[in-house]
Amino acid sequence: MALLEVERIDVFYGRVQALHGESLQVDQGEVVALIGSNGAGKTTTLRTISGLQHPARGTIKFNGKDITRSEPQDIVNMGICQSPEGRRLFARMTVLDNLRMGAYTRRNQAEIKQDMDRVFELFPRLKERLNQVAGTLSGGEQQMCAMGRALMAKPKLLMLDEPSLGLAPILVETIFQIVREINAQGTPVLLVEQNATKALEVAHRGYVLETGNIVQTGTGKELLASKEVQTAYLGM
Amino acid sequence: MATAVQRLRGTFLPLSFNSGLNVIGILVVLVALFASTQRVIEGGGTYFFQTLGFGLAQGAIFALVALGYTMVYGIIELINFAHGDVFTLGAFFSLAIITSPLGALIGLTPSSSGAGVILPLLGLFVVTMLFCALVNIAIERVAYRPLRHAPRLAPLITAIGMSALLEGIMNVWKGPYNLAYPDFLPENQIPLGGGATIAAKSVFVIVIAVVLMVVLTLFINRSKLGKAMRATAQDRDAAQLMGIDINRTISATFFIGAALAGAGGIIYGLYYNSVQAFDGFQYGLYAFTAAVFGGIGNIPGAAIGGFVIGIVFAMSDGYFTTKWTIPLIFAILIFVLVFRPTGLLGMRVPEK
Repeated sequence: MALLEVERIDVFYGRVQALHGESLQVDQGEVVALIGSNGAGKTTTLRTISGLQHPARGTIKFNGKDITRSEPQDIVNMGICQSPEGRRLFARMTVLDNLRMGAYTRRNQAEIKQDMDRVFELFPRLKERLNQVAGTLSGGEQQMCAMGRALMAKPKLLMLDEPSLGLAPILVETIFQIVREINAQGTPVLLVEQNATKALEVAHRGYVLETGNIVQTGTGKELLASKEVQTAYLGM
Repeated sequence: MATAVQRLRGTFLPLSFNSGLNVIGILVVLVALFASTQRVIEGGGTYFFQTLGFGLAQGAIFALVALGYTMVYGIIELINFAHGDVFTLGAFFSLAIITSPLGALIGLTPSSSGAGVILPLLGLFVVTMLFCALVNIAIERVAYRPLRHAPRLAPLITAIGMSALLEGIMNVWKGPYNLAYPDFLPENQIPLGGGATIAAKSVFVIVIAVVLMVVLTLFINRSKLGKAMRATAQDRDAAQLMGIDINRTISATFFIGAALAGAGGIIYGLYYNSVQAFDGFQYGLYAFTAAVFGGIGNIPGAAIGGFVIGIVFAMSDGYFTTKWTIPLIFAILIFVLVFRPTGLLGMRVPEK
């Protein structure tokens, strides 16, 4: 049984259909990349899994449980947390409070403390900025804070929406390295990226999304080697 | 992102000293300050402190009401025009308790006085604040929540309708009269030295308001729910993605806002000893002005704005003429909206 199963979902914004029968799945221990151009529906996919958007048709199952109509807070409670596109930090709150908000659904203070230390190991920079207001962090630090905040939910599935967007090349390397590390520590990751090369290098498997449809799927290596993917997304 | 930055720049543009409009604005403020300084000096110290005390007490009530406006605006970007009437409801409900057998039971009747009223009065505050809070939660639930995804004008119109409804209910309940509110507070003046005094009544009002504001600040900044409320106000989607139940945080905001307004209603009754079903409309507008003055959505801003508007109110009444006070207050509203729409402490966080 897959950890996350998205089956033939249709999602609409008003009358505009954003996803056309999209299906994908994430298994335990995987990094799965979802690539595609602007407006293909990548962010909509994550928003729908998180329950901010509900599909008109199709089902989403997590750990075998139907979460298609669940509310966002219940989905976080079940163990899916995402770091959204554009980071979306609580700009007027400190880094510490942002991280604490990540752990909002959790009660066990000792475990929260433990996970906070783990976040600081991954992102030592955040520890230095602990009491700084999040809106004043640099772009890279904000991305780290957003990922750290999502990790504070102790997710069974971590979803990252464009973690490398707008970052300097050296930081992009770091971020993908950290994605590997998070995965190595046992958290499956669903990674949405425009930087297809990097994403597919990190990912075990990948999906190519085009105007709301999955048009191709395979292992990261297969997709990197695929002619269509190369011309459309890798600029070769 | 780009649009957000532009929006932010747009709101701060009026701060630059380049435009002629700003020069005019600053001149108007200077002339007003000059004119008032002269009158204040002529009036003498004792009179000044009396007026100031009145202004601070008035301001404390504005501040309590303004906090609810600003918190609700902060979290769902709605100007809750019914808020002023929840304030009046606080006065009405507490008056109803005092004049009912229930009041006698807890030791409060219209003729009570002295130190014996302190405890029952505290009880009255708690019950009234709770009542107003529950009413406001119900209002949000039936009138605003179904419109959460509607265009912003829709809930605004509903809020005005809700205001009319509450006023109507109070009007039917007690009639359109000025109702006498019992005078529990001592009448004496507390000397401040140098012949200056402040009314004990004013001190009571200010102390209660400040205590409530301190509790609110602690709650908002320290408690988990308070932080979740701030998170919801700052980014609703992100808050949901962290597992925050936004219906709960929004309800909590209406709850707290109305509790403060309810407390303001009792204080208003105790201070002026008179209340009328339609008072809340105008009082709400003053408080709204205070919230805009401080920066709508900003909690400390609303508290400061309340006190500033209260002092302006008292000074205008005391040194100029009462019939110009109301136009003056609303001139300030227009003035702030034109020259500094973000208010005194408007949000200023750069976006990256």
